[in-house]
Amino acid sequence: MTPMQPQLITTPNLEAPDDFYEALIEAHQGLSTEESHAFNARLVLVLANHVGSLAVLREAFDAARAG
Amino acid sequence: MIDYQSLRFDYTRHADQDAAAPARHPVVVVGAGPVGLTLAIDLALRQVPVVLLDNDNSLSSGSRAICFAKRTLEVFDRLGCGDRMVDKGVSWNVGKVFFHDEQVYRFDLLPEPGHERPAFINLQQYYVEGYLVERAAALPLIDLRWNNKVIGIEQQGDGAMLTVETPEGNYELAAGYVAACDGSRSNLRQMLGQEAKGRTFRDRFLIADITMDAQLPTERRFWFDPSFHPGQSVLLHKQADGMWRVDFQLGWDADPVEERKPERITPRVRALLDSIGFEGVQFQIGWASVYTFACQRMEHFRHGRVLFAGDSAHGVSPFGARGANSGVQDADNLAWKLAAVLAGDAPDALLDSYASEREFAADENIRNSTRATDFITPKSEVSRLFRDAVLELTKRHAFARSLVNSGRLSVATVLRDSPLNTPDADSFAGAMVPGAAAADAPVRRADGSTGWLLRECHVARFTALVFGTGDAAERSLQALNASDLALHVVRVEGHGTDAELATQRYDAQPGTVYLLRPDQHVCARWRQPTAANLRAALDHALAKA
Repeated sequence: MTPMQPQLITTPNLEAPDDFYEALIEAHQGLSTEESHAFNARLVLVLANHVGSLAVLREAFDAARAG
Repeated sequence: MIDYQSLRFDYTRHADQDAAAPARHPVVVVGAGPVGLTLAIDLALRQVPVVLLDNDNSLSSGSRAICFAKRTLEVFDRLGCGDRMVDKGVSWNVGKVFFHDEQVYRFDLLPEPGHERPAFINLQQYYVEGYLVERAAALPLIDLRWNNKVIGIEQQGDGAMLTVETPEGNYELAAGYVAACDGSRSNLRQMLGQEAKGRTFRDRFLIADITMDAQLPTERRFWFDPSFHPGQSVLLHKQADGMWRVDFQLGWDADPVEERKPERITPRVRALLDSIGFEGVQFQIGWASVYTFACQRMEHFRHGRVLFAGDSAHGVSPFGARGANSGVQDADNLAWKLAAVLAGDAPDALLDSYASEREFAADENIRNSTRATDFITPKSEVSRLFRDAVLELTKRHAFARSLVNSGRLSVATVLRDSPLNTPDADSFAGAMVPGAAAADAPVRRADGSTGWLLRECHVARFTALVFGTGDAAERSLQALNASDLALHVVRVEGHGTDAELATQRYDAQPGTVYLLRPDQHVCARWRQPTAANLRAALDHALAKA
């Protein structure tokens, strides 16, 4: 049997969705648009490292592209 | 001491220029740069007479390709001129990357002991060419003709007819095979109606040789956005003779004529030296150039009887030192195949594998070079955003340092999918897969003296490495005997540490046999081969079956 490939989770998975969303917006407080873009770029990199799997990240790119 | 930069070679009239009918030679190599010279020497060592034509009468103008990789040095060793290069060059293994003025990343390209050669030497291209020319001069089979420029080529079924221009007029020369080692603006490529296709990068870089008396570790230093050259990248590298290479990114709008003037270069170098603690150090500016580059290649490296090698076939950015080094690997790949075909030991189809193997290698080099270039000179706002985000994160997070790409430096391409490989039937671990360039390791010879594994390989023939002692090793040796093949056998044996690194690197057990091509790439391996296994693998590696 081949091992299961890790898959992108697209079903609800957040512990506390509203708290997360509030924290995300708050994290951008006081930043200019340019600073927010830089923040987001760093955030993507930090999260990508956490995920690790290139296959999952590619799925995430596809999901984000599809909107 | 010879000043290789100002050395000029005499044009001499050759009897071929007075021949009633065009003289015919088995191989004509066009271009006496590092690639053409390597190829000519390699062919001569395989007893193939070779005519080597060069369109001028001097060596490289300026230091140009300065970083020569371990694999290239191993090829030069095989050709009999590696020691001179390494003695003259500056050996280095370590690179440091700075963001602003802080070190964020350090890499060691050769972190393990037990290799004769360092990861890299830095040596001005004119020395490399000069030493190769001197090596070639010692080989009577090489007929090197300066000021012989190829201005016409006509392909024929069994060769090609070249028209050659000299200071005393034109003459025709017939060749069984032509190797086009005539550089990025290859005349032969144009004359055959071919082109190299790929991406051109809209950025300019200033490259300059400076001479100074400064004590710095012999390491590669690369800065992103340093305070002394804001918004751009800078590279600093030591060469032979107290010479240093500086490379300043200038941006696309820079004026290439203005920027190479000493009065423009001096303040840039001054600012760099001041920032690294060399305020009082005086320097002189030598050769300088403003360059752009493209990552590109020809679709096919073989066109009938013409084989393209080096920059004529493919181009990369300088970050990664993959230009001259991949060109030398092209020559290394081509020489033994041409020799085998000319000797009737292999069908012409073996040369098709030159093209497919080195096209694969070129793709790998272009991929690495393009990635580094995209990191160093981001091509869009969002690309720059992520690049800067990576650099910012390096200050606190180790993971980000692995993303910093100031050039992934040249290593030998693993020819994994080569048609010449015999796929493994036995189980092996480690890096020495079929297609890999053989790894070096210390060895102890039967007489007790010590040496290096790669030096034990045959300069021209296939080599069989036989590991270990005892019954299993004896059975493998019997199989080699019974195969009746003209293989050069190297036994890797000994007690304790004598053969430990070699055994590890090749994941060997007693009886294990590796078959190495004449260019030292692994083409087959077994735990216990039969004579039939060996014969089949050799036929396969010669494109006979």
